[in-house]
Amino acid sequence: MPRIVRLYGLLAWVWVRAAAQYPVSAALLMIGSVVTTGLDVAAIFIIFRHTGSLGGFTLPEVMFLYGTAGLSFGIADLLFGNVERLGRHVRAGSLDAMLIRPASPFVQIAVERFSFQRIGRTAQAAIVLWIGLAGVSVPWQRAWMIPVMVACGVVIFAAVWTFAGAVQFLLTDAPEVANAFTYGGGQLTQYPLSVYGADLVRAVTFIVPLAFVNWQPGLFVLGRPDPIGLPHWLRFLGPVVALALAALAALAWRAGLRRYRSTGS
Amino acid sequence: MIELDEVGRTFTVSRRTGVLRRERRVVHAVRDLSFTVAAGEFVGYLGPNGAGKSTTIKMLTGILTPSVGRVRVAGLDPSRRRTALARRIGVVFGQRTTLWWDLPLKDSFQLIRHLYKVDREAFHRRLDELCEVLELGAFLATPVRQLSLGQRMRGDIAAALLHDPAVLVLDEPTIGLDVVSKAAVRGFLRGLNAERGTTVLLTTHDLGDIERLCRRVMLIDHGTLAFDGTVEDLMATAPGETSIEEVVTRLYTRAAPS
Repeated sequence: MPRIVRLYGLLAWVWVRAAAQYPVSAALLMIGSVVTTGLDVAAIFIIFRHTGSLGGFTLPEVMFLYGTAGLSFGIADLLFGNVERLGRHVRAGSLDAMLIRPASPFVQIAVERFSFQRIGRTAQAAIVLWIGLAGVSVPWQRAWMIPVMVACGVVIFAAVWTFAGAVQFLLTDAPEVANAFTYGGGQLTQYPLSVYGADLVRAVTFIVPLAFVNWQPGLFVLGRPDPIGLPHWLRFLGPVVALALAALAALAWRAGLRRYRSTGS
Repeated sequence: MIELDEVGRTFTVSRRTGVLRRERRVVHAVRDLSFTVAAGEFVGYLGPNGAGKSTTIKMLTGILTPSVGRVRVAGLDPSRRRTALARRIGVVFGQRTTLWWDLPLKDSFQLIRHLYKVDREAFHRRLDELCEVLELGAFLATPVRQLSLGQRMRGDIAAALLHDPAVLVLDEPTIGLDVVSKAAVRGFLRGLNAERGTTVLLTTHDLGDIERLCRRVMLIDHGTLAFDGTVEDLMATAPGETSIEEVVTRLYTRAAPS
């Protein structure tokens, strides 16, 4: 594990230095990222101009949920977002080039074109979270959950991306389907899940466990009862769910790699 | 150094025959393939398009897992010990680069240094040597996408050798190169094999590569080995023919073994 982190760091540094050769492109990427994520926040403010609560939650509470989900998604995207581009590497044959290197192809794909410009979304989510937290009172007995839930959220999103990548060893044209879960999941968790139907909430709790990114632990932090009456202990299940999902994703990735067929040349 | 024992690889190809109906067919890209390459040999691997050359190379390098049989390269099973093997072999694909398209050559080499954990001093010594022999100095700072094919190929060969591997596997290294670049690449490979004792296996469609470089030739057709011997043995299969092109054409067009 520490070896992989070190390798990621070394490779990321080479990419950062390479990107520094194109400062204009870097600045535009950064601005683009801040503007698009800024529009998300504008949408929340517009909603609250027309209503005092969203799915039973106040503006600061919604900002808290948005901020934690955004932070998890942003960090996972920064570190592992590339993995969903596996299909492109398979088609272009560049995966072969990664497989002849003495390093995990997962790390090589994840780190490709690493740049700090992609941090825009994470920074914006952190600011929203900070503003949200200022408006809700969270005692220390519950605040410890905040870093835990963000970390678990990163692992859950990274695992979903890994699944999305693993599928593409077999179906190289799958990114559209996969995006429904990765970017779709990122969007879904931005709002309190209570705005969606109870069936959808159960689906993202028990099937694709996105509810453990920020919803279940968020209810604990905010000291709220579950709007659809799911058991209280689900709130503490985040780390278990994250680890289980990561293990499954790793297995799927390995299985995919063994079935890799390369291209015909 | 390289050992294949009754290796086979099949692919399932599905063809659409109706809106929802698909016809599945099993294709044997390689079957019952056995050969050994000893340390220090320079072997040419010939075969018509689709004969199974690239599939063999991909099994040797751990990219593809064989369906049956046993493969050993530098004492390792490529598909199970892919990372360990990668440190001992160098691989060059003529058809596509293993370098990073947007990075200058020297940054690509830095990345490779980190990937292979070559220590800084050894790396710079090796890079200086390779720069001199392959004449890379003039375009080290150029992004790979702006290099000419000949420059890129020399860059790719250098990249495959920075970690000083015992085996070098090249898949069509001279494809698309002009006569001057071809001569440069050939001269370099010959020197590498003679001076460092690096084992070299190369696939090619250019019989000039075979005549000028390889002491031994293997010919694969329809996924099995059709010939294995010296260039002289190869010529002797068709008495009366004087050009290697004619001899190989005859072997390629021979009726397929059933």
